[in-house]
Amino acid sequence: MKRILFILVLLLASSPLRAELIIEITSGVDNPTPIAIVPTGWNGTAALEESINDIVAADLRRSGQFRPIPQRDMLSSPSKASEVFYRDWRILKAEYLVISNVSQNAQGGYHLEFEMFDVFNERKVLDLAVDGARDQLRDLAHYMSDQIYQRITGIRGVFSTRIAYVEQLGEIYRLMMADADGARPRLLKESRPGEPILSPSWSPDGRYIAYVSFETTRPAIYVQEVATGSRQQITNFEGLNGAPAWSPDGRKLAITLSKDGNPEIYTVDVQTKELRRVTDHYAIDHEPSWTADGKAILFTSNRGAKPQIYQVTLASGRPERLTFVGPYNAKPVVTPDGKGFVFIHRDEGGRDHIAFQEFKTGNIRVLTQTQVGLDESPTVAPNGAMLMYATKNRQGKGILAAVSMDAATTFDLPSKQGDVREPAWSPFRN
Amino acid sequence: MVNNSFKQITGLACALLLMAGCATTSEEDMADQQDQTTQQQDQGRVGAAGNRGVTPSQQQEEVQLDRVFYFDFDSSILKPEARAALTAHAERFKSNSDAVRLEGHADERGSREYNMALGERRANAVADFLVLQGVPRARIEVVSYGEERPARMGSNESAWSQNRRVELD
Repeated sequence: MKRILFILVLLLASSPLRAELIIEITSGVDNPTPIAIVPTGWNGTAALEESINDIVAADLRRSGQFRPIPQRDMLSSPSKASEVFYRDWRILKAEYLVISNVSQNAQGGYHLEFEMFDVFNERKVLDLAVDGARDQLRDLAHYMSDQIYQRITGIRGVFSTRIAYVEQLGEIYRLMMADADGARPRLLKESRPGEPILSPSWSPDGRYIAYVSFETTRPAIYVQEVATGSRQQITNFEGLNGAPAWSPDGRKLAITLSKDGNPEIYTVDVQTKELRRVTDHYAIDHEPSWTADGKAILFTSNRGAKPQIYQVTLASGRPERLTFVGPYNAKPVVTPDGKGFVFIHRDEGGRDHIAFQEFKTGNIRVLTQTQVGLDESPTVAPNGAMLMYATKNRQGKGILAAVSMDAATTFDLPSKQGDVREPAWSPFRN
Repeated sequence: MVNNSFKQITGLACALLLMAGCATTSEEDMADQQDQTTQQQDQGRVGAAGNRGVTPSQQQEEVQLDRVFYFDFDSSILKPEARAALTAHAERFKSNSDAVRLEGHADERGSREYNMALGERRANAVADFLVLQGVPRARIEVVSYGEERPARMGSNESAWSQNRRVELD
């Protein structure tokens, strides 16, 4: 794998209140597809607040599967199909060419049209238009990226998704949400000093985030509606109330409670608050994650002395051990396709990395290779193509990093200000 | 380990000095000791006790007794050296009716959520010991902060060993 192919510093209007994430690509795949994203045409008088073609190029580059051709190398700048001369793009070895135009629409928002051409076969392969409000230029650009990505790879793009994460500034903890590229960070919940917020988890419909807050001086589980900020407390038992994970049908949370003396996995119905105990063991049982069919729950347990990952079938209550390699395996998260799970895997040298284990074969693939070896909190993009996790950079600052599931592309999202951790990748937004 | 015994000796030395009515303990020594033990608590009680008109008997008690108890990596087993101080704390709790709050902590390695459970285990180990010494369980509150509130910043064993702890409030 090639290291340090390019460093990309992204965007972002700066405001002292918002700690922004900056993306640095630290490695890339060997043969990304060359693609030309021509500057977006705009007939307005004032300059646009965002450059749509730059956002699209950055999106595609970050996926690791594309190499956008630099604007300065382009021989022409077509804005309509009749202006496209394929030889201009063949010379640059571009496999695809994208042209676009944005204009003001009747509602005061924006209308974006874009077309994509297959340079070698000299034919148009995409022709789409979309409208957005005044503050949605970035959304329009991400939509365009999603369409391009899907047309070429056959896989749905995740550029319009969000990430939730926790940011710490001194004693203050903030539950944040940003675009998948780290832009437009928004505050969802801010703590009082010394009262941690942790474990954000998206509901399957993307409308709610469950998390743990110490605002009562002890941990309690809350569910917050993302759009309105309205919240409800789900549990507040004595002891641990932790690690909420939504069931695939969105009706229940799997959680950890230690109200009866030691940490056990429970499910709680979000509507009725009805509790059901799942595990029963004097060891630590923690960090539940549902299988795709909702019939079983993976969890971390030290019932065999060291933390390892187990699976319990809800109908039978029978637990079964899943991980056997390494002294410490924890925090399982089932992948969106349901074929396996990502987790924290400690190597013999004591370094923590994120690994993937396939259910069928039990084979393990280590996906991260940070020097610091403090990788944790894995979360997988809804298209299953990329993993995000928390780690520390060389300065000891908490950052988010991402790696493609084939471990070929990585990028970091350090925050300009605080320490960031516990990323949670949203589901697809419709 | 080294740090811990050093601290105990320092604590004992300070206590002896104070008992002898000696006011020569430098601010720096005290600050250093404080840094190693109870960063968040006891700010005024220990640090500048002599200067703030706290009665001598309180001084002795606060300075003598460790309020932070350290644990080995991935372990929630109470170390033998914690017993003396905890026994003395237990005697004190039995003679009053104060609520006891135990805060469990973990170092940053491994899973953030699993570390919440580990911190709770550690605090429970201290709680169990106090209960065995006769402190009513109902008066003890156990809260784990996992790795969220480190006493010492840094990603090395010296910081980690200071962060695997239970603080007695």
